[in-house]
Amino acid sequence: MKLAERLTANRSAIVAKWFELVAATYPSDTARFLKSQKDPFSNPVGQSTIGGLRAAFDALLAGADAQAQAEALDPIIRIRAVQAFSPAQATAFILGLKPIVREFLNKDMAGNGAYAELLSLEARIDEMLLTGFDIYLKCRETLFQLKVDLEKNRIYHAFERAGIVTLDPEEPAAPEKK
Amino acid sequence: MKDLPKPKDFYSRLRHKPGSTDWMDTPVDIRKGMYCYAANPKSLNTLSAPFARDWNPVEEDWKLPENWQQILHEGFKERLERFRSFKVFMDICVRCGACADKCHFFIGTGDPRNMPVLRAELLRSVYRNDFTTFGKLLGRFGGARPMTLNVLKEWWYYMFQCSECRRCSVFCPYGIDTAEITIMGRELLNLLGLNIDWIATPVSNCYMTGNHLGIQPHAYKDMLDFFVDDIEEVTGVRVEPSFNRKGADILFITPSGDVFADPGTYTCMGYMMLFHYLREKYGFDITWSTYASEGGNFGFFTSHETMKRLNAKMYAEAKRLGVKWILGGECGHMWRVINQYMDTMNGPADFLEEPVSPITGTKFENAKSTKMVHIAEFTADLIRNGKLELDKSRNNHLKVTYHDSCNPARGMGLLEEPRYVIRNVCNHFYEMPENTIREQTFCCGSGAGLNAGENMELRMAGGLPRANAVKHVHETHGVNMLACICAIDRAVFPPLMEYWVPEVGVTGLHEMVANALVMPGEKKRETDLRGEPLEGMEGDTDE
Repeated sequence: MKLAERLTANRSAIVAKWFELVAATYPSDTARFLKSQKDPFSNPVGQSTIGGLRAAFDALLAGADAQAQAEALDPIIRIRAVQAFSPAQATAFILGLKPIVREFLNKDMAGNGAYAELLSLEARIDEMLLTGFDIYLKCRETLFQLKVDLEKNRIYHAFERAGIVTLDPEEPAAPEKK
Repeated sequence: MKDLPKPKDFYSRLRHKPGSTDWMDTPVDIRKGMYCYAANPKSLNTLSAPFARDWNPVEEDWKLPENWQQILHEGFKERLERFRSFKVFMDICVRCGACADKCHFFIGTGDPRNMPVLRAELLRSVYRNDFTTFGKLLGRFGGARPMTLNVLKEWWYYMFQCSECRRCSVFCPYGIDTAEITIMGRELLNLLGLNIDWIATPVSNCYMTGNHLGIQPHAYKDMLDFFVDDIEEVTGVRVEPSFNRKGADILFITPSGDVFADPGTYTCMGYMMLFHYLREKYGFDITWSTYASEGGNFGFFTSHETMKRLNAKMYAEAKRLGVKWILGGECGHMWRVINQYMDTMNGPADFLEEPVSPITGTKFENAKSTKMVHIAEFTADLIRNGKLELDKSRNNHLKVTYHDSCNPARGMGLLEEPRYVIRNVCNHFYEMPENTIREQTFCCGSGAGLNAGENMELRMAGGLPRANAVKHVHETHGVNMLACICAIDRAVFPPLMEYWVPEVGVTGLHEMVANALVMPGEKKRETDLRGEPLEGMEGDTDE
């Protein structure tokens, strides 16, 4: 409870720092734009991101369930999934909150060697999780691509059978079969 | 404790170092999902386009002709001399940055080379190097750089990440039309056979058969005949479209997307029902053509010459059939070509008459020279003059917002007419935020030949600003239908909505008109054109 209270008191500073970290994953010109333009329609990426981070932070402190967390994170990850990020880069911002919080609580942790070791291990586990996620998504993508190719061929061949298109521009379309 | 990662180091452990070097030093990274496949050489050969070959954008060797730099230099020079606007646009930009954050591709991808100013700079840097004294003297210091293979790849990658929508040009204090720079960039790339297949093959099909998919005349007619059956099922009225009829008053031309791709097919049924209604009530005389069976003009995304060739066939068909004028369907870039380029390419079409609505007597002054009238304007005029019997309540299940398709909106100023029509056929209409509609409309993210499947990430990112505004009206007003007047929009919005706002469907204007239109002799409508039951109008369940 004490920790949650302390973090809630620093909510805007922590979220701002978190947003800073996400913005820094973009090229510097883009990051500047993401941080400065406040209109949600002119800057959907920046504004969806900061809104999502705020909601995720609140959900975390409130001990909300996975559904609430997903609702907060979805707008951010949905955007990053179509941008130039690997799956790990797209999702790592979630774990990026840890060092930010730790920094806020740094004084409390100083001098406690065992706790520091634990945190260090925790950081390594986080990285491992992300690597695993990369592999997972690559496999999934391959599967999706296979499905798309299959579907595409099926549609085009159906058109071809109907004599509507020809896949070979040099061949005339098949004569219509009644 | 000192081993713990600091927040600022966090991402560096994932080896992600964005944009740390100057853009000129950052090599282009051609990423899967962002580019379209290379043109099929067979399609390029059909068009007698140069250097048709198999090549792959992600391979190192693009199999370029040996003197490719010379070809580009001469092509650049020729276009600077031929097109005054191109020369001016190369010279006058002061890099004020007004356009920088206005591009949907920049906003969505976050890639600075998609800032319109920087995209144009890709060409300008070579222009300075090759054609200006300052550039020659100062070199890189003066923003100049020689044409290298990496620069060429950068051109190709980013010229095909611009949908030529012209939103950036609205904000340019000098009126620079960045779309025209992209147009020139693509023309130059075409000199080396570097087109994408999603453009080259539709162009080739259109050139040979008359439409993008290469649907042959008999199959085109078959498709419309299927619609006749579908319309009869919903309305009980059998419409009778006429084809290739000499001496008809008016020729109708629409994008072929309306004929073969859902949900455009419902818009196509809408046109057929409207024409039938007008014939029954007022003796309206219109014909379809199975030869000029494409309004779209992907030649526009290739070169001036190709655009001219494809545009000419519509007028050749109008001449052959001896019609008075042409009515055009809900298309995007067809209208930009007609409104901005047709007159100086193939016009004036003085073998046709100045368009006058045979039903209302309205003279379409803006089409005086091109002789081609937009159907949204035509229908708005009918409604204004009380010529259509409409039952708006049949669209009560729709909460509609309207996407200003870039080309009719920014390219020809068609802003009010579609809204007027929607307000007269629907009871629930909600505008998206002001800075995302009308002249400031956000592109669908897939225009200018970028509506392929393999570049889905690009399309989703480019369409984000538009989808974000749709999401807003969906959340605030419960909007469930996105209306538009462009066949590319109708093809690309369903997946865009599916990704960003899955609760919203997509419709053309004339689908809604037809649902509201009270046809002479119709049966009680129990469903809309999509076969969805109309609330409160379902039939009795027990026969």
